Amino acid sequence: MIAIAIIRLRDLFAIVILFGIYSFLTAVLFMDLDAVDVAFTEAAVGAGVTTVLMLSSLYLTSRWEAAPRHSSFLPLLVVIITGAVLVYSTLDAPLYGDPSAPVHQHVAPRYIQKGPTEVGMPNMVTAVLASYRGYDTFGETFVIFTAGLGVMLLLGVQKPHKPRPELNTIEDEIVLKVVVKLLIPLILLYGLYVQFHGDFGAGGGFQAGVIFATGFILYDLAFGEKEVRKVVPAHWLPRLAALGVLIYGGVGVISLLNNKPFLDYSALAHDPVHGQHLGVLLVELGVGITVFSVILLIFYVLANRRRQS
Amino acid sequence: MIDPGLYNYWIVVFLMMAGFYVVISQGNLVKKLVGLSLFQTSVFIFYISMGKISGGEAPILVEGITVYSNPLPHVLILTAIVVGVATISVGLALVVRIHEAYGTIEEDEIHEQDLIDDETTEDPSSFSNGEKNG
Repeated sequence: MIAIAIIRLRDLFAIVILFGIYSFLTAVLFMDLDAVDVAFTEAAVGAGVTTVLMLSSLYLTSRWEAAPRHSSFLPLLVVIITGAVLVYSTLDAPLYGDPSAPVHQHVAPRYIQKGPTEVGMPNMVTAVLASYRGYDTFGETFVIFTAGLGVMLLLGVQKPHKPRPELNTIEDEIVLKVVVKLLIPLILLYGLYVQFHGDFGAGGGFQAGVIFATGFILYDLAFGEKEVRKVVPAHWLPRLAALGVLIYGGVGVISLLNNKPFLDYSALAHDPVHGQHLGVLLVELGVGITVFSVILLIFYVLANRRRQS
Repeated sequence: MIDPGLYNYWIVVFLMMAGFYVVISQGNLVKKLVGLSLFQTSVFIFYISMGKISGGEAPILVEGITVYSNPLPHVLILTAIVVGVATISVGLALVVRIHEAYGTIEEDEIHEQDLIDDETTEDPSSFSNGEKNG
């Protein structure tokens, strides 16, 4: 339903807010499908960060969309045909919730059965993410880092700026400020909990980085950017992002130096399970730092543009 | 529990086509990005719903539970969501730059400006001739 509204509406502001609601509903759906970690990420990223970033860019561009000039019949036809083909192809697909579907046959049983003993942590998602699929996660961290660099290149590195005119800040909203002040420590504490408790419960570096960044973005929105930059200066962020990637890569290099394959955490301690624990902790830390600094960096860069224009 | 059968795929196809439609039919670049995210989310739902096993629990080890949902799709999608927000923000940054260069984020208007630019830069004389003839 919300998808249809997104197509029909022409007010981009409403679309972005609706998209936030849509992301939140998706998170609820993921929860129902047993994917707690994913639901967590989707709620933090989709409903929180994406909405803020899109609103920031809307401020820089324009709010209203122009009326369509050509008829939408041809695209609609293409879409219906493609959809029909896809629906036809699903007729052969395995049924929902079927334990004998091909997706459950390959490596997944091993992850579920051996994971807890080999990696020594109850949360299998974290175990697979950081240990079995460590290479993939390294690559993805690097993609995020590169995306941060790309935004920085496109929108310019920080220049010395004049402070935002006071008219723009929400100076008089005392209630809002008090509530935000109360919320920020909780958000940051929760971020830390998610970061370091990811081995046992739902969570990990990706979610923690996003939650941490959300805390700072909230602070920025309520108190103006001068206060936030006192805590985290903008020129730290690219370095922090690089530091996160370096921590991740460094763990791999340490295992290389100990005559083990790249990212083999058993090299980190005498007991393999202990080494796994240490390795996963370090790697998640690297991921968390990179994600946090890249998201905050993107927000800073967009906010900086806003002031210049 | 009622067996939902293939409904999950059809929901995915519907969402995917909604996103696809937005991308190919709308001229506004921000809206195109929203459509792209819609498309992306449909793929996420596709993966996660494939990982679900009826009667299974969330893949966190608890005493007394033997059936867990497949953790592998969760891992893939978890990282894909965060990578998704990073790539979307690169897209937004591009849109902001386009807005600065052209003063609009409508595809048609950008295209028209490009055509005018091409004509003026490639061959200024023919452009003025055309105007005289017209």
